Formats: sequence, structure tokens, C-alpha cells
Amino acid sequence: MNTREAAALGELKKASVASRNITDQVFELVTLACAALVLAVLGAILLSLIMGSWQTLAKHGVGFLFHNEWDPINGNFGALAPIYGTLVTSVIAIVIGVPLSFGIAMFITELSPRILSRPLMVAIELLAGIPSIIYGMWGLFVFAPLFGQHVQPLLHDTLGRLPGIGLLFQGPPMGVGMLTAGLILALMITPFISAVMCEVFDVVPKALKESAYAVGATTWEVMVRIVVPQTKLGLVGGIMLGLGRALGETMAVTLVIGNAFLISPSLFSPGNTISSVLANEFAEADDDLYTSSLMALGLVLFLIAVVVLVAARLLLWRLRRKAAG
Amino acid sequence: MQNTIVPSFFPSRDGNGQLEPVTMKMRIKDLAFYYGGQRALGDVNLDIAEHRVTAFIGPSGCGKSTLLRVLNRIYELYPGHRAEGEVLLDHTDILSPAINVDQLRRRIGMVFQKPTPFPMSIEDNVAFGIRLNESIAKSELEDRVKWALEKAALWDEVKKKRKQAGTSLSGGQQQRLCIARTIAVRPEVILLDEPTSALDPKSTAKIEELITELKKDYTIIIVTHNMQQAARISDFTAFMYLGAMVEFGETERMFTKPSKLETENYITGRFG
Amino acid sequence: MMSRYRRRRLVNHLFLWLSMSAVAVGLSFLAWILVTVLLKGWPSLSMELFRADTPGPGMTTGGLRNAMVGSLMMNLLAIALASPVGLLAGTYLAEYGRYTRLADGVRFMNDVLLSSPSIIIGLFVYEFAVAPFGGFSGWAGAIALAIIVVPVVLQTTETMIRLVPDTLREACAAMGAPRYVMIIKIGYRAAMNGVITGILLGFARISGETAPLLFTALGNQYWSIDLSQPMPNLPVVIFNFANSSFENWQTLAWAGALVITMVVLLLSITARFLTATSKREL
Repeated sequence: MNTREAAALGELKKASVASRNITDQVFELVTLACAALVLAVLGAILLSLIMGSWQTLAKHGVGFLFHNEWDPINGNFGALAPIYGTLVTSVIAIVIGVPLSFGIAMFITELSPRILSRPLMVAIELLAGIPSIIYGMWGLFVFAPLFGQHVQPLLHDTLGRLPGIGLLFQGPPMGVGMLTAGLILALMITPFISAVMCEVFDVVPKALKESAYAVGATTWEVMVRIVVPQTKLGLVGGIMLGLGRALGETMAVTLVIGNAFLISPSLFSPGNTISSVLANEFAEADDDLYTSSLMALGLVLFLIAVVVLVAARLLLWRLRRKAAG
Repeated sequence: MQNTIVPSFFPSRDGNGQLEPVTMKMRIKDLAFYYGGQRALGDVNLDIAEHRVTAFIGPSGCGKSTLLRVLNRIYELYPGHRAEGEVLLDHTDILSPAINVDQLRRRIGMVFQKPTPFPMSIEDNVAFGIRLNESIAKSELEDRVKWALEKAALWDEVKKKRKQAGTSLSGGQQQRLCIARTIAVRPEVILLDEPTSALDPKSTAKIEELITELKKDYTIIIVTHNMQQAARISDFTAFMYLGAMVEFGETERMFTKPSKLETENYITGRFG
Repeated sequence: MMSRYRRRRLVNHLFLWLSMSAVAVGLSFLAWILVTVLLKGWPSLSMELFRADTPGPGMTTGGLRNAMVGSLMMNLLAIALASPVGLLAGTYLAEYGRYTRLADGVRFMNDVLLSSPSIIIGLFVYEFAVAPFGGFSGWAGAIALAIIVVPVVLQTTETMIRLVPDTLREACAAMGAPRYVMIIKIGYRAAMNGVITGILLGFARISGETAPLLFTALGNQYWSIDLSQPMPNLPVVIFNFANSSFENWQTLAWAGALVITMVVLLLSITARFLTATSKREL
């Protein structure tokens, strides 16, 4: 090594004292900490729910899920009725909401003139932004009475007379109940699902659709034969996203479901969901086991919702990756 | 201390066609470059003469821009991009992990293909780099901004609208603004990545003139896909093909008596 | 027998018609809800609403002053807590952590958090900010709301910073600017509208959030601006009054619903407008 190279090496070592700006390193750490906080919060939610529900889980075990009794006075708690109500209302919401959303998304992406599609998207976003409690008030004071007076008797006299399916439409038409809750949920999740569907339909290359039109396919045929098969993953993802919303939706449901611990085959009957039980009872729960049982309900809801939402996001990611690659 | 690296070729002509010795500012030794697992450059050896214009030419995808982007380590913004070998700037290996890249980039400035004015006023654009590492009085700062804008032959056009957004200028002016912004921090080397490919012929001529002017004070490396441009403004030319340095030498000789067949084919327009 | 072509056309027309009716159904329900809120809430919009506190049982007059002030305080506090976190986390995802697995994980989980049931967040905050401190409080309410805002701000911030073209990012680095300078001078300048959009959307979202407040802030019938005490707030008042049998309480609930709906719509429309302009600028 000659002297010149030695000098160069010395210069190098001096430079190594701060090969990166300190402020920059600190800033990176701070942003990293904030990002990690998101994961930490999710972890903490899970942990706190498990800890909170420990007492009940220790007492009832897995039986908590399949046990249909809710007796705060004697300390017996089973989650079957709210789980049943949560699933039934969500299924109604999906059955009604998905075709509605599909129709809306199809109109916006395939049928509407350009000038109309943007305002429609805005309207959908507004519909999505209206708070749950507003839907609930409208449902309770406006929709449920009309529904009970005019629609439910009609359903009772028509579908209710059919064998099998008729069981779903029995009992007095009270307006409030599982069916009403499901319908309002359908209305609430429609904007979310149709927004995702619009986004998903956009993934299909224009050229593909145009070549189908070029061989004489009708709009409906292009939708069913080209667009839907191409975007299956995303459509299911969007539906799951809507399902995730429906499962945890609280205020609107609480106001219109009738709030009764009941498992009845009839959709007209009042019922409850996990979130409506929490909304009604949590602040008043006075002993530890009661609180712990409500926490356990929350844990069940959280686990179901997270599984559904994770599945939804995975499907949407896979579709996007497929479209990009 | 002497900065002279013994050049691999001698001599070079100055502006008057006189022979004069050149000093080497940078030396690239056995350089290889990888995008992830894919090798994009290999065995590049090259010396860059001080106060001269060196041009990298070659068909698109040959690695000329990649090579340029190694010289200020801008490739490091992306993961999986990796350079091996040595790049000496006055004896210091700038590829060493111990090097502070921010300091390095103040010594080696860069101008890009598309003009990149920052979303701020013309004045703030030029002052951007100065403010980063020098705390100087306002009047001195203004002088420096004026000096840089004059150097970039933009002063007369913008002196009355220095507070306007940099993006409000025309494409050619924006590119000269970027050059002014680069000069303002008084770098030693300026890297130009196809600086005129997005510009009209008139703006191109202006920038070329400017480059010839600037080489008195700076060492300039330019990547261009335009062979006439390389012939017009550079002193040395490196021809690259498929990630390798095919031939390197004085521009005049390269364009008149290329020693490699690929070079000849390329400059005579047979491919690329 | 119908020709094949005619059948195809008929099917097509049927579904096009169904598609249009879906839109009509959606729009008419939107209109129905908005008109209901407007008609039922409008008559009780008076100065009294903003001057008087919530009435007790049997009282004939009253307003929503305490609830509105309480909501405003908790909302602003939530925004103040959540915005820096969302902004910085979004910065990590868009810049430093751009290509890391951690960022992918955070982005994914943020999406999950964004749509997970808000009542769960209430339970969580109850566990760590209500139960251990011996009571419902405005602080707990604000924290619950903040957890809802963070994902919204994070998402919009990341999206907007990502709109900064790589060429600009490179140009800044090529000037020898450390990355944080680039982020603050170029990234945040470009993302400013995005961050404001995120904050507005977050505010809109929490303005109507009721579930997470039920057992954190609880509510308070009286005037209170003490954050360590149960805090009156608009959504919970609406819920309680709507569920009551007093007619004047129900009327107040409608007035509150109208106020919240107007705030939410106004904020969403402003946010949309901001996004549109900033995308045009870049």
C-alpha cells in the first residue's frame, strides 16, 4: 500500500463516523414505531378480549358458544341466540345486498353514460358515509312501521303459505325483528359492496370486453361470460368485505331488531345480535361474570369478523396481483 | 496532495485543438451491477477525465443509464439493486458502505431525463441544495442563486419572476432550472441522464451550448441516445452494448476510426 | 319457437332493466333517508337547540348544547391524537418501509382495522382505559374514536405520498438531501391535501360513531367539559332519546340526527373535492 492509498483510507474512516444522517435515522424510527402501533393495537385488542372473557370461558368452556340461555341473575350465559341472530341478519343482508350491488356496479361500469357514472359513485359514497345511527332511526320510526303494516302481512299471506320456506314468515307482523334488521343491513352494506365491485370490474382490460362486443355479445353476456369469470376473486372479496361490515354493525340493528333472546325460525320474530347485546347490556353489567360473558361475546364477534375481513382482503390482493402481473 | 491518476490514454485536445494532459477525476474498476439476481452490467472499466465531457452511448437497454446511476449511488433508493467493484472519486471508493451518500451526492450532482422542478418557487428550487448544508446570510444566498441561474443561462429569462412556481416554466427552461439547482451547490461532477431527450431542438441547442460552457469548471458525464449530440459536445465517448463497455476513447477517434465492429455498426446506424 | 337471437336480446334487456332498477332502488332509499331526516329534524332546529342542555325526564324544553360540545371536544381530541400517528405510519409505508414485509403486514392489518366492528374497539378501550381507572370518561371516548381515525388517515396519507413520482424522489436525493428532507419538503407538500382529506373523512366517520362511545364516554345528561368524567355526546343522546317514549326526546333525537347528517355530508363532500383538486395538481 503506498502512501496515497493510505491517506485515502484515512479519509474513508473519517467518513464512516456518520454514514447516514442522524435526524433521518431518528425520523425513520419514529415512523416505524407509528406503523408498528397499528399491529400492536390489533394484537392488544385480541389480548384484552381474551383476558376480559377469561372468567366465562373458564366456567363455560366451548359450551358458551352452543348454549342458549342468558340469565344474568343466576350467572348462566350462553351465546347461541346472539350468534344465531348475527348470522341470520348477515345472511339476509348478503342475499339482498349482493344482487343489488351487482346491478348498481354493472350499471355504473357498463351502462351509464360517463357524465352519470361519477355522480352515481358520489351518491354511493354518501350512502356509505351516513352513520349507522341514522339508518337505525329511519328504520325504527319510518321503515319498520310501514314494513309491519303493509309488507309483512303480504309476505305472511303469500310466501308464508308455502311449505318449508313458509316457516320463515310466520308470527305477528311487528315491524321490528330479524327481517327488518337484515333488510336495513342490506341497505347499509350495498354501497360498500358496489364500490368494491366497480373497482374490481375496472380491472378487466378494455380490449377484452371490446373483443367480446365485437363478436356480437350482448352487455349481459359480456358481464357473465367475460367480466365475472375474470374478477371472481374480487367479487367474492367484495362480498366478504360487506359481510364483515354486516356482522359487526351495531346501532341500526340494535334499534330495529327487537332485542330478545330468542331463536325462532320465523324471520318476523324479534331477536338480537352480538353487537346489539353488547350495546344494550354492557354499560349496565354489574358483576364480573356478566361483564366477562359480554367480553366473550365480543371476542367471538371479533374473531369471526377478522377471519372474514382477512379472507376478503386476501382475495382482493390476489386479484390485484393477478391484474398487475 | 496530487490528485492525478495516471490516465489510460493520452493526450486530449483542449478547446483550441491543442494537445494537453488531462487529470482523471473518477476511475471505475471492475464494476458489475445487479437488479435482484439479474446482472445488468459487468466488467466495466473506465476513467473519467476532469473538466471534460464524457458521453455514454449505446442502444437502449445497454446499461448506459444504469452505469450513470451507480456513480451517485441513486440506485440505492430501490431494494435489490446492487453494485460490485470500485468507483474512485479522487482516490476514495464511493461504493464503500462507510460513505455518506448525502455528502457524496453534493459532490456529484445529477440532472434527469425529464425536468424535475420541485413544487416550490424558482428561487427556492435553486436555493434548495444550498440551504441543505450551508447556513448563509440571505443576501449571500440571493447572490448564489443569481450566480447559478446565470451559469445555467436562465437568469435573464426568470429574474423578474423568481417567486413563481418552478413548474410554470417551459420544458427547456425547467431543465436549465434543474441544471442551475445542481450547480448551485458547486458539485465537482455533474451527471446528465439524457437531459435533452424530452426537449425541442431549440432548447436542446441551448443546453448543449451550456454543457460546453460548464466543462471549464466541472467534470461532466452525459448519457445520450443521440450520437450526433455525443459527437458535438463530448471529449470522450464510451460505447456500451448489452451491459458491457465495448469501446472507450477520444470522441473524435471513436466516430472516425472505431476499433470494434459493434461500435462501427452502431455509429453508422446499422443497429440500435 | 323463439329464435336464438331474440331470446338473447330479451335476456339482455331483462338484466339491463334489473340493473337500472337496482340503481333506482339504491338512490330512492338514499333520498328517502335524507328527506326523512330533513323533514323530521328541521322543525326543531332553533337557537334553543344550541343554547340549552339535554332535558331530564318530564321536562318539556331543552336542547343538545352539552352533547354537541362534548362530541366536538372528543372528536377534536381524537383527531389530535390520531392524525400524527396516522401521518407518520403512512409515511413509513410510503417511504422508508416501502418495500418491506413489515409495511405489507401493516397495510394489510390497517385495512382489517378499518372495517372491523367499532363496538369491539369500545370493548377494548373499556378494558384498558375505563375499568382500570375506575370509570367512564371523555378521555376513554376520545381514545376509542382515535383508534377509528388512525387507519383512515394512514390510508389516505400513504396513497397521496405515493402519488409523488419517483423522478422527483430521485431528483431530491440527487441533491444530497437526506430522505426526511425529501419527505417533508416534497412528500408532505404533495400529501397535504391527502392528509387533510383523511382528517376530514376521519372526523366525518367518528361524528356518527355511537357504538364505541356507549361504554367509554358513556354520556352525561348534564353540562360537563371535564374529560375525566363521563362525557355527554350527540350519538349516544340520539340513541337514548330515540329509544325513549317521551315525544320531545324523540324530536330532539331527530334534530341531532339532522345535525350529524349535515356535518357528515359536508365533510365528505369537502374531502372529495380536495382529493379531486390535489390529484389534478400532481
